[in-house]
Amino acid sequence: MIELIVSDRCTSCGTCVEVCPTNVIEAAASGPPVLARVEDCQTCFMCELYCRADAIYVAPDCDRRVSVSEEGVVASGRLGQYRKHSGWDEWAERYPNEQWLMETVFRCAGEAAARRDPET
Amino acid sequence: MASSALEALELATDVLIVGGGMAGAWAADAAAKAGATVVLAEKGHCGTSGVTAAAGPGHWWVPPDPPEARAAAVANRLAAGLGLGEAQWMHSILDQTWRTLPALAPYYKFGVDDEGRVNHRAVRGPEYMRALRQLVLGHGVTILDHSPVLELLARDDGSIGGARGLRRQDGGRPYQIAVGAVVLAAGGTSFLSHLLGSRTNTGDGYLMAAEAGAELSGMEFTAAYTVAPAHSTMTRSMAYSFATYYDADGQELDLPFGPDQTIRLARALQHGPLYCSLHRLPDDIKARLHTISPNVPLVFDRWGIDPYRDRFEVTLHSDGTIRGIGGVRVVDAECATSVPDLFVAGDNASREKVAGAISGGGNVNSAWALSSGMFAGAAAARIARRTTDHPARLRALGRAGLRPRTQAKPIDVTAIRDGVRGEMHPFDKNLFRTGPGLAASSRALDDLWTELADHASEGGVAPREAAALVATARWSVATAARRTESRGLHRREDYRRQDPALAVRLLSGGLDRLWVAADDASAAARLGGELEAAS
Repeated sequence: MIELIVSDRCTSCGTCVEVCPTNVIEAAASGPPVLARVEDCQTCFMCELYCRADAIYVAPDCDRRVSVSEEGVVASGRLGQYRKHSGWDEWAERYPNEQWLMETVFRCAGEAAARRDPET
Repeated sequence: MASSALEALELATDVLIVGGGMAGAWAADAAAKAGATVVLAEKGHCGTSGVTAAAGPGHWWVPPDPPEARAAAVANRLAAGLGLGEAQWMHSILDQTWRTLPALAPYYKFGVDDEGRVNHRAVRGPEYMRALRQLVLGHGVTILDHSPVLELLARDDGSIGGARGLRRQDGGRPYQIAVGAVVLAAGGTSFLSHLLGSRTNTGDGYLMAAEAGAELSGMEFTAAYTVAPAHSTMTRSMAYSFATYYDADGQELDLPFGPDQTIRLARALQHGPLYCSLHRLPDDIKARLHTISPNVPLVFDRWGIDPYRDRFEVTLHSDGTIRGIGGVRVVDAECATSVPDLFVAGDNASREKVAGAISGGGNVNSAWALSSGMFAGAAAARIARRTTDHPARLRALGRAGLRPRTQAKPIDVTAIRDGVRGEMHPFDKNLFRTGPGLAASSRALDDLWTELADHASEGGVAPREAAALVATARWSVATAARRTESRGLHRREDYRRQDPALAVRLLSGGLDRLWVAADDASAAARLGGELEAAS
């Protein structure tokens, strides 16, 4: 679930409020938006992907809250990881979209299973 | 409610698309290209909502040359579908997908493989849905984000002439749209499992269609599950095609990649915790996993797990009708329903005609979402232009979760959600089905329905979602009880074999009183399809 928005990175652009499919985040009168309904978070990481300021941290835990600190998350180097590996924005030339390999992997797995068990 | 203080927004359009996932976006594209004015209303945000946006769909993709290739693909799929698919429909979505998908090129950078060939069929979800949003905006479609539709509105003759909803980022302001035709593309439902991206998919489109008088089909085929690291939503299964599984004692389990794997995983999970290692994934794929599916390694990285060396706990999340099959019955080649001016697309529609009794995996499902969206959008546009000029008196169709049958009282939505999960997720109830087990589920779900239908009054989206979840679960259980055999995704422990007499689709419907009936037309259509495929 979304755990925090790093306040001194956030530019209050409002994009996360707009793109969150489950309406978890609410714009504040001033400053960073507020995590108003974390219990509705579906842990889809979309807010992180769309955050050009790399200010949002979503923990992979979907059924339990975890305790994280701004300092810890910034120091981990993981802010912006999803956007970077997806090759979005300034990362477009460095991280190609290799989704097309998916079918190759499934095909190889099927062939490997057939070699293991030639009866099937 | 804050909503009562705000004046309702009144809109009119030729075509309303309910739902802004993959099927809804393609439907909006087709309707707009056909010359209709189009409004697309989405509960969340068109571009990030739904199960496509967070995943990586591959489309069923067979080039038209050589012609034998498609005939072979369709023949394989007909056989795999165990008697419930139709060849004509399969050819139709293969052709539509082949012709349509490349049109996204101005907005989506299709992958180029190591040999320099463009790959259209496998796309990454977030980029795909972002591109579809841009495509429909480019055609002049009006998108209403964060605007869940609560109910359909009917004209005096029972045809669909509008919808009503609320703008949840505008203080819950109500809105009403007068329309010429509606395409329901509100998705399927995982019954609130942690399947990636499925939280907003609560079966709303099934409920609204049934309230209008449409039938469901194939609702028994909901026993689909996908593996994920425990406590995560990451149901992206590619890397698990090379998984090795272990029990709590560290013993390796014999759970080979293949069609029976879900059953074996579920059996293992019934005995205790299940662990996994991905060390057998080929090294070149390990090195590129973050540029194939960037959200998959992200989970391990944040937990400090090396999935190629460590063993991590896994679970199965229910796919419900999302990778399962059931939905609103499609009555013709244009994805019409039996209700005039109401069309259906994607997971909101029954996919039996293209998937048969088994899951469409990613690729048939995606080809279906695209194609059914295109068919429904174009047909809705054509009909709508005849009706929009005649404003009609409209009647609200919503019942449970909006208008109590008896006395309005507070209801416990959380308890109702948990009640649905409790009947639709456990393996012993939904995967390994028995007559007595289904009867017990039916009683539990009927009680939830009575509570909701008797007492829930309008209170935003939550009670309507709860009503849709309970209704969908009830159709699923009732149809599963009727199918006294095992076929594809439907498995009965008390009827383990296929019954040739049940090689027929099962229709269901009703709200306060349910019904299930054999779709006699499906057997005839299937035979016709086979003759055609053979000719």
